[in-house]
Amino acid sequence: MVKLTVDGIALEVPNGCSVLQAAELAGKEIPRFCYHERLSVAGNCRMCLVEVEKVPKPVASCAWPVAEGMVIKTDSPMVRNARRGVMEFLLINHPLDCPICDQGGECDLQDQSMGYGWGDSRYREPKRAVMEKDFGPLVKTVMTRCIHCTRCIRFLAEVGGAPELGATARGEDMEIGTYVQQALTSELSGNIIDLCPVGALTSKPYAFVARSWELTRTDSVDVLDAVGANIRVDARGPEVLRVLPRINDDVNEEWLADKSRFAIDGLKHKRLDRPWVRRDGKLVPASWDEAFAAIAARMKDLPGEKIGALAGDLACAESMLALKDLMSALGSHNLDCRQNGARLNAARRDFYLFNTTIAGIDRADAILLIGTNPRREAPILNARIRKRWLSGHVPVAAIGPAVDLTYAAEWLGVGPAVLTSLLSGEQSFAEKLEVAKQPMLILGQGALARPDGEAVLAAAWQLAQRFGMLHADWHGFNVLHTAAARVGALDLGFLPAPGAKGFWAMRAGAVDLLWLLGADEFEVARIPPTTFVVYQGHHGDRGAQRADVILPGSAYTEKNGTYVNTEGRAQRGRLAVYPPGEAREDWKILRAFSAVLGRPLPYDDLKTLREKLATTHPVFARVGALPAAGCTDQSGPGGDPAAMLPNPFTFPIANYYQTDSISRASPTMVRCTETYYPGLAMAAE
Amino acid sequence: MSAEQEPDFVQPEHFAFDAESEQAIPGILAKYPPGRQASAVLPLLDLAQRQMQRTTGSAWIPTAAMNVVAERLAMPPVRVYEVATFYLMFNLRPIGKFHLQLCTTTPCWLRGSDEVVAACRKATGIAGWHETSADGLFTMTEVECLGGCVNAPILQVNDDFYEDMDGPATERLIEALRRGETPPPGSAIGRQGSAPLGGPLTLLDGKG
Amino acid sequence: MLADKDRIFTNLYGLNDWRLAGARARGDWDNTAAILARGRDHLIEEAKASGLRGRGGAGFPTGVKWSFMPKKSDGRPAYLVVNADESEPGTCKDRDIIRHDPHKLLEGCLIAGFAMGATAAYIYIRGEFYNEARHLEAARGECYEAGLIGRNAAGSGYDFDVFIHRGAGAYICGEETGLLESLEGKKGLPRLKPPFPAAVGLYGCPSTVNNVETIAMVPDIMRRGAAWFSALGRPRNSGTKVFCISGHVEKPCNVEEEMGIPLRELIEKYAGGVRGGWDNLLAVIPGGASVPVLPKSICDTVLMDFDSLAAVKSGLGTAAVIVMDRSTDVIKAIARLSRFYKHESCGQCTPCREGTGWLMRVMDRLVEGRAEIEEIDILDKVTRQIEGHTICALGDAAAWPVQGLIRHFRPLIEERISAFRQRSVSLAAE
Repeated sequence: MVKLTVDGIALEVPNGCSVLQAAELAGKEIPRFCYHERLSVAGNCRMCLVEVEKVPKPVASCAWPVAEGMVIKTDSPMVRNARRGVMEFLLINHPLDCPICDQGGECDLQDQSMGYGWGDSRYREPKRAVMEKDFGPLVKTVMTRCIHCTRCIRFLAEVGGAPELGATARGEDMEIGTYVQQALTSELSGNIIDLCPVGALTSKPYAFVARSWELTRTDSVDVLDAVGANIRVDARGPEVLRVLPRINDDVNEEWLADKSRFAIDGLKHKRLDRPWVRRDGKLVPASWDEAFAAIAARMKDLPGEKIGALAGDLACAESMLALKDLMSALGSHNLDCRQNGARLNAARRDFYLFNTTIAGIDRADAILLIGTNPRREAPILNARIRKRWLSGHVPVAAIGPAVDLTYAAEWLGVGPAVLTSLLSGEQSFAEKLEVAKQPMLILGQGALARPDGEAVLAAAWQLAQRFGMLHADWHGFNVLHTAAARVGALDLGFLPAPGAKGFWAMRAGAVDLLWLLGADEFEVARIPPTTFVVYQGHHGDRGAQRADVILPGSAYTEKNGTYVNTEGRAQRGRLAVYPPGEAREDWKILRAFSAVLGRPLPYDDLKTLREKLATTHPVFARVGALPAAGCTDQSGPGGDPAAMLPNPFTFPIANYYQTDSISRASPTMVRCTETYYPGLAMAAE
Repeated sequence: MSAEQEPDFVQPEHFAFDAESEQAIPGILAKYPPGRQASAVLPLLDLAQRQMQRTTGSAWIPTAAMNVVAERLAMPPVRVYEVATFYLMFNLRPIGKFHLQLCTTTPCWLRGSDEVVAACRKATGIAGWHETSADGLFTMTEVECLGGCVNAPILQVNDDFYEDMDGPATERLIEALRRGETPPPGSAIGRQGSAPLGGPLTLLDGKG
Repeated sequence: MLADKDRIFTNLYGLNDWRLAGARARGDWDNTAAILARGRDHLIEEAKASGLRGRGGAGFPTGVKWSFMPKKSDGRPAYLVVNADESEPGTCKDRDIIRHDPHKLLEGCLIAGFAMGATAAYIYIRGEFYNEARHLEAARGECYEAGLIGRNAAGSGYDFDVFIHRGAGAYICGEETGLLESLEGKKGLPRLKPPFPAAVGLYGCPSTVNNVETIAMVPDIMRRGAAWFSALGRPRNSGTKVFCISGHVEKPCNVEEEMGIPLRELIEKYAGGVRGGWDNLLAVIPGGASVPVLPKSICDTVLMDFDSLAAVKSGLGTAAVIVMDRSTDVIKAIARLSRFYKHESCGQCTPCREGTGWLMRVMDRLVEGRAEIEEIDILDKVTRQIEGHTICALGDAAAWPVQGLIRHFRPLIEERISAFRQRSVSLAAE
C-alpha cells in the first residue's frame, strides 16, 4: 500500500494504482474522455490532468503511477486552468449543435463542458469537417463530432479482437475509420457506441428515435444467448427502444453482444397479439375462450401419455414450471427442453453447467474447446477467453472446423478422435494440459447434439478427470449452452420421466397433443399431421405456422421471468413494457387454462409461483448467486467413449445474427445477415 | 483520409513483391528480433513503393500492396494503413516520374524557396501542390524541413537533394530531367558540402 | 577561435575519404578495445566528468542518462537507439556526420553501447536522408568486415550489433519515444512517461536514445579524456558543438566551435556576417525552430550555450542559428513555423492536435493583419494552454516560437493589424 494525500485527504491506496484511481478512492471525481477502466491507458485526451506536488507540470492522472507521500491536488487553479484549456481545444472543432445530436443528454463532452467550458468561443477559424464513414448496419457515425479519444479503436483491438478501426493520417487531419470502408465484423461492435464519449458513434437503428430523458429504464437480463448478460431495457410507452448493458463483472463486465443489443426491433414485428385457432386447415383469429375450448376439446379423453410438451429456448422458468405442473396434472411426463437433441445428462448439475464460471476463465491456465465456436454462441464469454489469452501465456486449443475465434487457438482436429488421442496422451496438447494447474474444457452443443453426444460427454468428463480439471477448488468441466432457457429447464426437470417420451419421439408423432412453449428451433414442420399442436409464444415463427391453436405469450421484455444462465446463475428479467394486444404473461396463460380444465394450478400470483419454483430447485431461491465452485464428486456421467463416431463436429450457429424468433423478426438482424452472411441471405430469399 | 475518397485513379487489385524485392526482404527482417517483424513495416512499404517506381514509373503504394505487407508481417491491415497514412514519404496515389519535393520551411523560405516553387510551376505547368504535370513526368509536393538548411533552398527530386537552388537553377534542372539527364545532386553553386561559399574556414590543416 | 586540433568532426565538409581507411587516418577506431577495457563504470564516469550534454536539443547530461540503464541485465536485451531523425528546421549537422564521418558515429555506438550495457544499437535515420543512409550502410558493412562491430567487436570481447533503420517522413519521430514506436513498426506517437525508456524502451527493453552528434563525440572524449573536453566551452556547457548557420548570412555553413561562443562572433567569423552587415540584423532563432526568436538587441551580446540562451528565454536547442535580416517579415517567418508544427503534430493528444491548427490559422491572419488587437493576447494564452499540457515536447515547441514573437515583436503585429484595418476602411470608403 502507498500513503498519499488527495486534496488534503490522507489515504492508503494499492501499489501500482494510478493517480486517477487514487483520486477516485478519495472520492474525487476526475473528468476523462479517453480513459476507460477496461481498456489500455491512452492518456491522449488530457482532461484528467491533476497537480502533483514537486512535478512542475500538470500530469495525466490516468497514466501517472502513485508514489509514497505523493501530494495530489485535483482542484487547484493549475488544474482548473489546464482542464479549461483542454475543454476549449476539444470544443473548437466540435460542432456545437447538441440539439440535433443523438448523444444529447447523455454526452460526456456536454456534461464536462458544464464544468469546464467557457461561455462562448474564442475560436474564430473555420471548423473541421470530417468525411462520413460507413461501419455497417449497426454503428452510425458522425465523424465530425469525434474527439479522437481512441476508445473505439482500443475496444475493438483489445476486447473485440477484431482490429479493424484505426486512426489514419495525423495531426488535426487524423481520422478514425477502417480506411477501406468496410463494415465492422465484431459481434461486440455495438459496445463502441457506449464507449464513445460523444455523438460520433451512435446506434444506427436507434438514430433519432428518442432522447434519453424520455425513456423508462428497467433492469433486466438478456435471453438471446445463454450468457445472461445484464441489461437495461429502455422503453417509451409500449415500445422497447433500446437495450444497454449493465455492469456485472461476473457475467458480462460491461459489454453486450450485438444481437442482444440490436435484435430488439424484432419485438415489434411478426408478433402474436391474439389467439388463433385452426379451422378447416386455416388459422383464424379467436378469443381466449375459443382457443382454450379448442385445446380442451382435443384433450378430452386423451390419456396423459398421449400429451406432451416442449419448452423453447427463450422460456422463463416460471412458465416452464407452470407447464410442467399442468402436464403433471394431466398425467403426462412427456416433457423435453432439448430442441436441438443435445444428449445432456441432468443426473447431476455439474454435468450440464459451465462450472468454471465466466469469471473463473480469468484464472484458467489452459483452455480446450470441444465442438464449440464461442464467438458465435456466446460472444461475451468468448471475449472473456480472449482476455485471459491476452493476459498471459495461456494455451488455447480447439476441436472442430477451424474458425477465427479472435485469439490464436491451436486447432487439434475436427472430430471426436482428438478426444481419444488426448486421453491416450498421443496428442501433443496433452502435455500442456498436463502441466496446467487449472485447466478447463468447454463442451459445446456441437459436440452434444449428435447421436454419439452421450459418448462425447463421457469422453470429455474423462478428459477432465485425466488432466486434473476436477478438484475441490476448481471445476474445469464446462458445457456451453446456447439457449437462455436450457439450464433452468434442466434444473426444473423439464425432461421426460423414465419411460416417457422425449424430444425425438414427440417430434415423430408419439403424442397426439404437443404443447410448444415458444419452441421454434427444430423442424416443426416435420411433426406429423396427426399431432395436435398448441403453440404458446410471442412470434409468428416456425412453431406458430404449424400450430392448431396459438396462445399469444410474452417476450422477455414483457414479463417478470427467471432465467438460469450457462453457469447455473439464476437471474431475473423484468417487465419493461406490457405484451401487445391480447397477449399475456405466459404463466398466467397456463394458470388460466388449468382453470378451464377444472384443475387450477396452485398459484395465483407470481410470488406463490416463485415459492414453488424455489422448492423445485434451490437455485431459484438464490437469484444472482452461484454455488461454491469446485468438484466434489469425480464420478462421471456414464456413457462409453468408444461409441464416439468419426464424424466431425459441426457448430450449432451458422448465422450469429438470427438464432431465435425475435432476431429472425428483426429488420436490423436481417440487414446484418445481408451484410455479414451474403450467401445465407441469398439462400433465404 | 480514405482510399474510397480518391476516385480519380485506379487501385490495382493485386500486388506481389517481385523477385528483386523478395531478395531484399530477408535482410530487412533479419534486423529485428524474432516476433518483432512489425518493425519492418516502414522498410517494406518503402520497398513496395520502389518496386512500383521500378515497374510502373510511379512511386506509390496501392492498398493491395499495404495488404501484402500486412500479411507478410502478420499485422492487421488497418495498422499498416495507419502507418502508411502517417508517414509523408509514402505516396498513396500515383505520382509523376520525378517527385519534386520542395522545402518551404522558414530556413528555405528565407533563402528564396518561393522562387524555386515559382520556377517549378513555370517549368512544369503544375498549378497546385500534389498535382502531376500533364506529361506525367512531375509531381510537386510541398515538404517540411529536409535537414539541409545551410544549403537552402533545397529541392529534393526522388531520392536526391539539389541544394543552394534559385529560380534559374531550378528551371535548368527540370529541363535536364525532362531531357532524360540526371544532373549530379548537391550544391548548385559549387559549394563543398556545408562549408561556406568560397571554401572552408576551418579544418585547414590538411587532415580534415 | 577553436583550434583545428580540438575539433572532433575533422571531415565535416567531406573533403576527405569518409570510408574506413580515411576514418582510420583521422584516428577513428584506434585501439577501441583499450577504451572498452576500462569498463562500463569508468566510461560512464568519464562521460559525466566531460560535462557532455545531449546534442539533440534538450541538453540532458549524457553520462547521467547512461547511468539510468540497469547495471545488471534481467535477461532482457538492452538497446542504444541513435536518433538520426534530424528534422528540426534549421538543423543539418547530423547529416554531415553521417555522410562524412560515419565511422565516428559507429565507433561511438560501440563505446556508448558498451558503457550502458546495450547488446545492439539501432540507428534511426530520417527517410529523406537516403544517400546519407547509404554511406552509413556502407560504413557499417566495413565495420562488420573488419570485425569492428559484431561478435567480439573490435577485439574487445564484447558482442555488439548495429542496425540501420530508415524513417519515412515524420518530424515527431525525432521525439525519443515517438522514435521507439516508429521503430517498432507503428505510427510515431510519443509514449506516456513514466515509464522511461531506460526501464521500458525499445521492444519493452531498457533503452537509451541519444543524438547522432552526442554519440559521435564519445570516441574523442574517451580518447582525449574528459578533462580535455570539459576545458572547452563554459562551466556546465562544456565542449564543442556543430553550429548550423542558415538564413540571411553571407555564407551559410556548418561549423564546429566551442560552446559559449558569442552569437555575433559565430555569424561574423564563419558565415560571412549578416547580409548587409550586423546592423541589418532583425532577429535570430538561435537553436532550431522550437526555440523562441531573439531580437537583434539580445543577439548583440548573447553567448551560444544552454544556460546563456535559457537566461534570455530562448534555448540552444540543436544550435541551428536561423538569421533574419531587416527585410524579413518576421511574422511570416514564425507563421511558417506554426504551419510546420501543425503539419507535424502526430494528432494523438488534444492540446497539440487542436492547438497547433489554431495557432497556424491565427498566425496566418496576423501575417495579413486580419485580426483584432485582442487576438494577440488570445494567441499568447492559447500557446500557454498547449505548453506543458501535452504528452511530448512538440506542444511546447509549437508554443515557444509564437511566444517569442509576441514577446519581442508585439508592436510590429499591432502595426500590421492597424494597417490592415486602415486599408479596409479606405477600401470601403472608395
